[in-house]
Amino acid sequence: MTARVAVITFPGSNCDADLRHAVGLFGMQAVAVWHKDSTLPAVDAVLLPGGFSYGDYLRCGAIARFSPVMVDVVRFAGRGGPVLGVCNGFQILTECGLVPGVLLRNSGLTFQCRDVNLRVEGKPTPFTGGLVGATLRLPIAHAEGNWFADAETLARVEGEGQVIFRYLGNPNGSVHDIAGVSNSAGNVVGLMPHPERYVEADVGGTDGAGVFRSLSASCFGALPLKAPGATA
Amino acid sequence: MRARVYVTLKPGVHDPAGTAVQGGLVSMGYEEVRSVRIGKFFEVEVDDDLSAQHAGGPRARLEEMCRKLLANTVIESFRVELL
Repeated sequence: MTARVAVITFPGSNCDADLRHAVGLFGMQAVAVWHKDSTLPAVDAVLLPGGFSYGDYLRCGAIARFSPVMVDVVRFAGRGGPVLGVCNGFQILTECGLVPGVLLRNSGLTFQCRDVNLRVEGKPTPFTGGLVGATLRLPIAHAEGNWFADAETLARVEGEGQVIFRYLGNPNGSVHDIAGVSNSAGNVVGLMPHPERYVEADVGGTDGAGVFRSLSASCFGALPLKAPGATA
Repeated sequence: MRARVYVTLKPGVHDPAGTAVQGGLVSMGYEEVRSVRIGKFFEVEVDDDLSAQHAGGPRARLEEMCRKLLANTVIESFRVELL
């Protein structure tokens, strides 16, 4: 059976088609879901795309968080379902409280649109199961990617292996060079760089492919989805 | 009834845009400006009849709105003024 992966489209999303394309490249079936849908269809994972949901009004991701389908997305995450937020999707996840911290304006105040190098680390997640220790080169495109949390939260995130992606060369002033974090269970991950944009050698690179391969493998049970400490 | 809501960054949260405005003011000759922190200001109009249907009064409702949407309490504080 083919793994089914929901990609939510909000008004102002602009990376949803790229995510669906990447999902399809790695043998999974992308399911387009409109943000106003009242229920999430039966899926194995949920992806929140980049873009400018609701024009970034008030705060990035603040209003998308209240889209009808997000009730089911939060429920799905609570049951341990894999959820990935990329860029604006990451901002939405922080506004929901599904992952810790917030994303502030870049310290240099400018929109950063370029490639960055990242290290994959932390606890295994459905999106990085086979990648821990790897260095990836991925594109970023954001003005609010400066991850921040208070000292207590930062210590907990670092101590519990919830830093999943770390910049090698910080583009935005994020604390501890953090590019992506997970929730404490590890099933929800948000990151600012765009793995879906680097899945084909003809278009930039292939360093994003591992994220989708990991997801595909975890959907088929080849990688652990359980929280660390859970008995097998 | 009208209300004013002020949302401000908590101490210790970096404000790059505020720092840029401070630098701009200093370069214009306002060398006394030590720091600028940018916040948000909301003017909210509340229907009195509908408001009366909720226990706790308009202040409690407005503070709930702040916690849920108008402020991100990870980094921001809020203050509600009823007019």
